[in-house]
Amino acid sequence: MTQLALVIDLNVCVGCHACVTSCKEWNTSGQAGPLTDFNPYGADPTGTFFNRVQTFEVGEFPNTETVHFPKSCLHCEEPPCVPVCPTGASYKRKEDGIVLVDYDKCIGCKYCSWACPYGAREIDEKQKVMKKCTLCVDRIYDKSLPERDRKPSCVLACPTSARLFGDVHDPESEVSKAIRESGGYQLMPEWGTQPANHYLPRRKTKLRIHEDELVRADNPLKIEGRLPKPAMTEPSLDDVTSW
Amino acid sequence: MHPAFSVIFLTTLIGVGQGLFLALFTVESYAAFGLLPPQEGRFYAIGSAVALGFLVAGLIASFFHLGHPERAWRSAAKWRTSWLSREVIVLPAFMGTVLLYGAAHCTGFNPVLAQLPSGAPVNVTAMLGVAGTVLAFALFVCTGMIYACLRFLQEWHTPLTVVNYTLLGGASGFVLATALSASMAPGVTGFLGGWAMILTLLALVGRVATLLRNARLRPKSTLRTAIGVKHPRIVQKAQGAMGGSFNTREFFHGRTGVFLRQVKWLFLLLAFVLPMGLLAGGTTGGSGALLLAAFAVQYLGLLAERWFFFAQANHPQNLYYQAVS
Repeated sequence: MTQLALVIDLNVCVGCHACVTSCKEWNTSGQAGPLTDFNPYGADPTGTFFNRVQTFEVGEFPNTETVHFPKSCLHCEEPPCVPVCPTGASYKRKEDGIVLVDYDKCIGCKYCSWACPYGAREIDEKQKVMKKCTLCVDRIYDKSLPERDRKPSCVLACPTSARLFGDVHDPESEVSKAIRESGGYQLMPEWGTQPANHYLPRRKTKLRIHEDELVRADNPLKIEGRLPKPAMTEPSLDDVTSW
Repeated sequence: MHPAFSVIFLTTLIGVGQGLFLALFTVESYAAFGLLPPQEGRFYAIGSAVALGFLVAGLIASFFHLGHPERAWRSAAKWRTSWLSREVIVLPAFMGTVLLYGAAHCTGFNPVLAQLPSGAPVNVTAMLGVAGTVLAFALFVCTGMIYACLRFLQEWHTPLTVVNYTLLGGASGFVLATALSASMAPGVTGFLGGWAMILTLLALVGRVATLLRNARLRPKSTLRTAIGVKHPRIVQKAQGAMGGSFNTREFFHGRTGVFLRQVKWLFLLLAFVLPMGLLAGGTTGGSGALLLAAFAVQYLGLLAERWFFFAQANHPQNLYYQAVS
């Protein structure tokens, strides 16, 4: 069984919000309809977003670390938002595990948002229906797009490739390998929601340089110091060579 | 959580309606076995009409919580999994039963269907009363379970939530029934007043038990499990938006802790202590005005209680929304 999901590498996320803006752009103008903003240029702007990047400071000065943390719907394998929905507007697709909302059935009772411990659902204050990340379901199956573009817009927009997309139930997929090899984990595992989206932890990276690595190994005669040094008045390489 | 007045009114108003119906049928059952003087149909008919009025008012209040009230009919669809859906089915069923019960008493249509071995008659109103009682309790369970089934709202995730909804609704209904009986059926005022006091006292015990339980709760989710970083000191620096959002408005009451504590003492006073005194004074003196005041004060107290119930619940999603900039 397929379970599509995102895997987000906190080690390389730089907090640039490219995924947020790209998500907002695609989902406000795509098939999902508008993601309403109110008072966007005023003192107290508010609006609906599927994806947010939050910033946390870990540790105590001076030993601190900044963690940029993108958060969207985690497409849980046991989604608590689905059984509480009284109309069946909230559902999990059998074929690919994406949790979606049928906007035409939603009555806007907000019960599903109470039932989601991650705060992944936001009501559209204009359309009065519950909205959430769709994993860009209108992109990933669109045959008119080139194969490489059939991914969620946040994944395509990420400049550091911090976001991977794929089937976490396929052990050979890129995302499964990343989870396996980099110690991918789930958020709030204590509630048994089994989020499909995983996060890859921050990793310590150290570069150790040995002295012999600084000296050219293919210079056995150690004659670099005796390389010719032409006088300032002599023509340089730029003057005598046509590139 | 942010307390929504539509939900506060829904839960308190239908609680009064359910409790009042239970009080009426309690009187009728006692009277059927000769334990209380029989009352005329007018008492039950008017009582049912008042109960129905509270239920309808609650139903109307509930619509203000919906983004699309015109689609509310869809909400009966998922009764297999959703307590909200079950409530949507049980509430109209209960309202219909109360209507029939009141109508039977109003018209005097009450043929005896069977005879108990003791000789007590089983008539139409008795059958409707039993059905209504079952539905009233089913409705209490549905309403309470809407909140109690959300396991990570730890303040709500306890059987005490259902117990409190039942006891508080029952108490307010019995207090109203006592006030109604003062003018229409003075013979049962003492009986109803006694039960009203017992239920108010039981409700106080249940509510205080919940307060004590919630005061000792340790949140299961922390920032560490929320973002998966295992360091004892994590501070949020930015929540991803400069302005507010649905997440910052829906899950926080926006008041100070001092205000919350004041509401707690206010509802303990208004919902339990004052009504007890007014009930004691009203039943001994037979004063309908005092009893009506007892109901009014208790209802105000229940509004504060329900506000506090919502405000006290701490949603784990708030962990992600602690700092702007």
